[in-house]
Amino acid sequence: MLEHYLSLAVKAIFVENMALAFFLGMCSFLAVSKKVETAVGLGAAVTFVLTVTTPLNNLLYKYLLAEGALTWLNPAWGSVDLSFIRFLAFIGSIAASVQVVEMALDRYAPGLYSALGVFLPLIAVNCAILGASLFMVERDYNVGESAVFGFGSGVGFWLAIVALAAIREKMIYSDVPPALRGLGITFLVTGLMAIAFMAFAGIQL
Amino acid sequence: MNQKQQRALLDPVFKNNPIATQVLGICSALAVTTKLETSVVMSIAVIAVVALSNFSVSLVRNLIPSSIRIIVQLTIIASLVIVTDQILQAFVYDISKQLSVFVGLIITNCIVMGRAEAFAMQNPPLDSLLDGIGNGLGYSVILIVVGFFRELVGSGKLFGHQVLPLITDGGWYQPNGLFVLSPGAFFLIGGLIWWLRTWKPELQED
Repeated sequence: MLEHYLSLAVKAIFVENMALAFFLGMCSFLAVSKKVETAVGLGAAVTFVLTVTTPLNNLLYKYLLAEGALTWLNPAWGSVDLSFIRFLAFIGSIAASVQVVEMALDRYAPGLYSALGVFLPLIAVNCAILGASLFMVERDYNVGESAVFGFGSGVGFWLAIVALAAIREKMIYSDVPPALRGLGITFLVTGLMAIAFMAFAGIQL
Repeated sequence: MNQKQQRALLDPVFKNNPIATQVLGICSALAVTTKLETSVVMSIAVIAVVALSNFSVSLVRNLIPSSIRIIVQLTIIASLVIVTDQILQAFVYDISKQLSVFVGLIITNCIVMGRAEAFAMQNPPLDSLLDGIGNGLGYSVILIVVGFFRELVGSGKLFGHQVLPLITDGGWYQPNGLFVLSPGAFFLIGGLIWWLRTWKPELQED
């Protein structure tokens, strides 16, 4: 049992890295990777929100949206299939949980709150968050699996964005062709990182 | 069509391309480009969603209180994406399976949200519709170019037809598998931006 979860986490972190293998969260991945410090903040916030929202959306899907999910309310609703509405439901629950997380952190962990700062609200529209929930539905995970998957995906994103930020900080010293500066070279570097992460493919625990 | 509308339609295609210059919407752009066919279907879906969402947001722009405008925009976009997803599942089921979660991710595609917020909230419906089509086309150009090269170099095919005969089938072409995998997409986009910014130096960053 534990092995299954461990293997799921390793797969989500290294083999199927959100940013490098599925291109999710690219917008913030490229925009917020200029400094290691901010990259660490964004990575932490993404991991946190992913760990909360993926299992939450799993429950939402299983007990409200999937085909036959409403039978626990009324046996006659067994044929109701609301799964088409999941995009709207997920984005709503993500936006709401980001808001709740933000308020809770502000109240109980002001240090962490000011460290994460502007990144928390931005996360509601980060594709990695919605992507993880949609993958969860597609791969039919249960609650425990989706929590591990959400956490693993978050750590994978964190690792990738901090690594990219570190490389970009060092890149100040290199002589990049003018047309390639900024966005262009970042893409090439990300490509090289993706090749490095491909070395993890095939790892099985 | 007056000059302003013409600019709204044509500027985003090359001069102000949303992917190449504003770093918007790469989230879902790269994963669907392993084949030309999926790139084309995805492009059409995005053009439809961004055009219609711009149009609808612009229609109600004077009625939305500014404090809840993001929620309203998001709901409009999400509803349009649901409709798009249902249409794709009904008519091109195989491709919709291949696109998997990336149709749903159009919701969080920064182009759609960005145009609704930046353009549709200030402009009349027709201009917004054209701006949406223009930005969708700008996105499609990059997507289709990347999809073209990835399918051609990666497997020697175009739209699923073998155009370069493979060595394994007695031809001469040795496919470069890197282009089918994710790094190939990053290199292609990087190269594309390099070429675009050499051609139009005013886009360069310092």
